[in-house]
Amino acid sequence: MKLDLLTSLYVFMLAAFIGFEVIRRVSPLLHTPLMSLTNALDAIAVVGAIILAGEYHEHGALLAKILGTIAIVAATSNIVGGFLITDRMLRMFKASGPKKP
Amino acid sequence: MPTENIIEITYLLATALFILSLKWLSTPATARRGVFAGEIGMLLAVAGTLLYHGIVEYKWIVIALVLGTIIGIPLGEVAMTAVPQRTALSHAFGALCVTLVGTAEFYLRAPNVPPFMMAVLSMEVILGSLTFTGSLMAAGKLQEILPQRPITYKGQNFVNLGLLGVAIAVAGVLVAHPEKMQLFPAIVGIPLVFGVMMIIPIGGADMPTVISLLNSYAGLSAAAMGFVLQSKLLIIAGALDGASGFILSVNMSKAMNRSFTNVLFGAFGQEQAGAAAGAKETRSVRSASPEEAAGILAAANKVVVVPGYGMAVAQAQHKVRELYDALTKRGIDVKFGIHPVAGRMPGHMNVLLAEADIPYDKLLDMDEINGEFPQTDVALVIGANDVTNPAARSDPSSPIYGMPILDVDKARTVMVIKRSMGAGFAGIENPLYYLDKTLMLFGDAKNFVGAIVRELAGGHE
Repeated sequence: MKLDLLTSLYVFMLAAFIGFEVIRRVSPLLHTPLMSLTNALDAIAVVGAIILAGEYHEHGALLAKILGTIAIVAATSNIVGGFLITDRMLRMFKASGPKKP
Repeated sequence: MPTENIIEITYLLATALFILSLKWLSTPATARRGVFAGEIGMLLAVAGTLLYHGIVEYKWIVIALVLGTIIGIPLGEVAMTAVPQRTALSHAFGALCVTLVGTAEFYLRAPNVPPFMMAVLSMEVILGSLTFTGSLMAAGKLQEILPQRPITYKGQNFVNLGLLGVAIAVAGVLVAHPEKMQLFPAIVGIPLVFGVMMIIPIGGADMPTVISLLNSYAGLSAAAMGFVLQSKLLIIAGALDGASGFILSVNMSKAMNRSFTNVLFGAFGQEQAGAAAGAKETRSVRSASPEEAAGILAAANKVVVVPGYGMAVAQAQHKVRELYDALTKRGIDVKFGIHPVAGRMPGHMNVLLAEADIPYDKLLDMDEINGEFPQTDVALVIGANDVTNPAARSDPSSPIYGMPILDVDKARTVMVIKRSMGAGFAGIENPLYYLDKTLMLFGDAKNFVGAIVRELAGGHE
């Protein structure tokens, strides 16, 4: 599904506004997990890398395959590592209340 | 095309889940649900992409996905003290992915690249490659593989901005003449050098700002990649990440009293260069032993602990938890006051203290805690310096004048755990230490806090 330039710009602008409004509300308490989570989400770039590495190319196929494969490795490590560490951090945040001995 | 529709639907769901993911992250109560939403979104998008009929070969994709997972797991298991360098490293990986895809896309499409496409492609690879080396440098400095001391020289900004200017000019030529393919390596290579040069003048205390800024660049480069690939999902994810990095950068630069333009051009780290040349202090300070400190703390009703990076360096957070427990058991109200730039990345102190099992509702940020200092009996500063310096409020000649600080000097008694009388990162004298109400507790943070805890346990009053 192809997008024209103007539509792309609209999408970008609206997403940026949503981003500002949503992220402004994140408590400073959670700014480190915020950064690791957005990092993992940003690694959605992996979808571009998958298509690059897997698609048929008339010329430049080897280049596309090599660069695409390295790009998938880099992005996947961000997805896996990013989600893992974010969840690990968030598990540590406990409210006071029933105190353990 | 039914599969194409299925793919588009997975992308649409992924987009919604990503936005919900960040929305749920706003409070600790719902934050883990946010991670889960992000994971589901990611899984859907990747699975949808794998259905794409244009993919003719899966072998390398599968190998790469497995390899990435194998690398990613240990990166998710690092110690909490190593989170800043891990974050910098993951910015580098994200930027690497974007740069490689951009490079391949150029060579697949050239010389038939329309001007707008070439412009966003240039932005993608310029931002991507400078973020790649910049983040690697930042990770190296944080991991202490590279010297942490800022390295500055005359004309540094001129050289750096010149490099960036040349890269942008070359990109401009490529927009007009995409057939000049031999120019393309320059818009990858020059920003790679720029990324290194940009981080050279950065010291440890500037890292929170730098990491946020690199986060923002990584997001913007991914959004640019979305324009190139005409992927709404990628544009949105990149815009969200870019916005997040931007907000954090603005927060950090405000907390350090730097103008945002100063930060944007990577010119931070320079203002402090001349700051060390202050008049030598000759006033005397009062120091105290762990016994005396324990006595004062035991007599208090309300204690605010102000942790800084020094606490993390000394690995004192678990001892601080023991102190928190010992004081709370005596009915003393203990809170933590956290400056936005304490530590090496935004929110770093909160994560370290949460790891030590200190309840998060006791961790208050600067604006929340500052009103409470006048009613505080003891402010205990552990490994923080400049963020408590009252000169930032009162002395217009101070290099940090105007920087928002934690008003610990308004507490009845101030205790500062510090190795020696050496100045902070900026080499600025801290008049706090010479106040009559201030007691200096000289020693290693971990040992000193441990000694106070033993005193509190032993000498039941």
